[in-house]
Amino acid sequence: MMDVTTVWTITRKELRDAQRNRWVTLLAAMFAVLSLALSALGLSSLGTIGITGFGRTAASLLNLVLLLVPLMGLLMGAVSVSAEREQGTLVTVLAQPVTPNEVLLGKFLGASLALMTAISIGFGFSGLVIVRGSGMSQLSVYLNLVGLTLLLGIVHVGIGVCLSVMTRRSATAIGLAVFVWLLVAFLSDLGVMGTSIVLKLTPAQLLWVSLGNPAQVFKLAAIHALHGNLELLGSSGLYAASVLGQWLLPVLALLLVLWILLPLTVAFQIFHRRGAL
Amino acid sequence: MSPLSSPAPAVVVRDLVKRFGEKTAIDHVTFHVEAGETVVLWGPNGAGKTTLLRCILGLIRFEGAITVLGCDVLREGKAARGFIGFVPQELGLHGEQTVEEAVTFYARLRRVPPAQALGLLDAWQLAEASHSLVRTLSGGMKQKLALVIALLADPPVLLLDEPTSNLDVRARRELSAVLEQLKTAGRTILFCSHRTSEISKLADRVIVLEQGRKIEEGTPDAVRCHLSERLVLSLTLSPAHKAQAASLLEHHGFTVQLNGTHVWVDVIAGRKVEPLQLLAEAKIPVLDFDIEQAPAERPTPRRA
Repeated sequence: MMDVTTVWTITRKELRDAQRNRWVTLLAAMFAVLSLALSALGLSSLGTIGITGFGRTAASLLNLVLLLVPLMGLLMGAVSVSAEREQGTLVTVLAQPVTPNEVLLGKFLGASLALMTAISIGFGFSGLVIVRGSGMSQLSVYLNLVGLTLLLGIVHVGIGVCLSVMTRRSATAIGLAVFVWLLVAFLSDLGVMGTSIVLKLTPAQLLWVSLGNPAQVFKLAAIHALHGNLELLGSSGLYAASVLGQWLLPVLALLLVLWILLPLTVAFQIFHRRGAL
Repeated sequence: MSPLSSPAPAVVVRDLVKRFGEKTAIDHVTFHVEAGETVVLWGPNGAGKTTLLRCILGLIRFEGAITVLGCDVLREGKAARGFIGFVPQELGLHGEQTVEEAVTFYARLRRVPPAQALGLLDAWQLAEASHSLVRTLSGGMKQKLALVIALLADPPVLLLDEPTSNLDVRARRELSAVLEQLKTAGRTILFCSHRTSEISKLADRVIVLEQGRKIEEGTPDAVRCHLSERLVLSLTLSPAHKAQAASLLEHHGFTVQLNGTHVWVDVIAGRKVEPLQLLAEAKIPVLDFDIEQAPAERPTPRRA
């Protein structure tokens, strides 16, 4: 049984560490500046105001999210355990009356909360610009995008924590995190496209392959949230919409939650079997 | 916490075996530490001392059984760790925390009111440094902070892993005095060391480990034959002069090891002053020096 006070104590420390971490600050600032710039540009270009302007802005934000948020989450998760192990601080923490699982959960929650704060600040600024440009009409759609982005971030913190537990050195964990990011952000799209052409996958098979990548799950959910349909994604998108109907968004959100639980479960298992040190 | 004068042994280690893959780090080790007793684990690097302490903390899995004040460290690890204050060899403290933040963090994990914990900073002359970052503290101050953290909840058992290995001469003497006070106060102490001076002063019993096996156990006098008779001249030099000094002394046939801010020179009793004379002739300033018996794993001097 986990002790909530212990977990929260470690979570608070992680949050404080993240505040001091220059890389986290830099990535958060980059995300805030880029999302603000994209929002301002999207709403002002061609003098288009209103739904069309919002659609363009949201599409730009979606691409920014798919590029930056997995990287931020993976890096924050990747250093959470391995850096402490390397610096010798993990042994001091674990020598207290705590369980390894409490430490791991505290670290995951701390990194997740730090990332959520960074994302919320970025989206907060761009939200203000969007509301100023196109009014409150699209606010619920925008908030859906924010919620899904937070989930995407937490998924990648979980994967990062799992990589961190598996490795002895933080440099190795960071290297693996960057590799996974390349896989998630770039190679997965190309791989799915190539596989579908070579193997002549049916829309159903293509959909299942896509769901193996949390970023694709996010993309499906976000495009559905923004446009109300998945025509943009071609046959697999149409297939998903026809099979799941009104359950599409809840099912995809649930899948993202499962994507959070899966790497975390693996991380807990590794911590338990190999020992935390 | 449990009373300091419990009649049962504070720590019981029974038939402990720890393997890392093919390598056996601890090989069927059995011993106990009575409540209020100070026991030193003695042995060269790689003898298994740190691994043994980590087993007692329940941080790594092992075969055999270990109890701390009756708690099985694998089944009731959290409760067992509640009885133990631990100071690791590398002083694993978070460098970016201030002293106050570090103490508050560990106090919360130990359920000690932060105000009470911060009071300890006064008692240990760390209050002035309470807003300093841990990484900016001297080795001696860090060691003190690590001890404060270990003593936060007034645990009945203290485990210390080479507590004086990274300290200068003055800080080492200060720490030895603190450990003596804790021993007098009836604390159960188990610590690793390779300094015979500490062993003579503090230990009630010594357990000699070699390649993971317990080869001897007894009072410091009884195990003296296992403790090294060779001497080490520990020189404190500025970083700019360390390499030059090492090269000079090696040129004159001394066996030299660089260790942090120190240069260790193996000497025999009649030639202790010779390295100092050589350095003085070469105009290499010596900031401080100390002489102690060599740890068991160190090589025999080439010429001295």
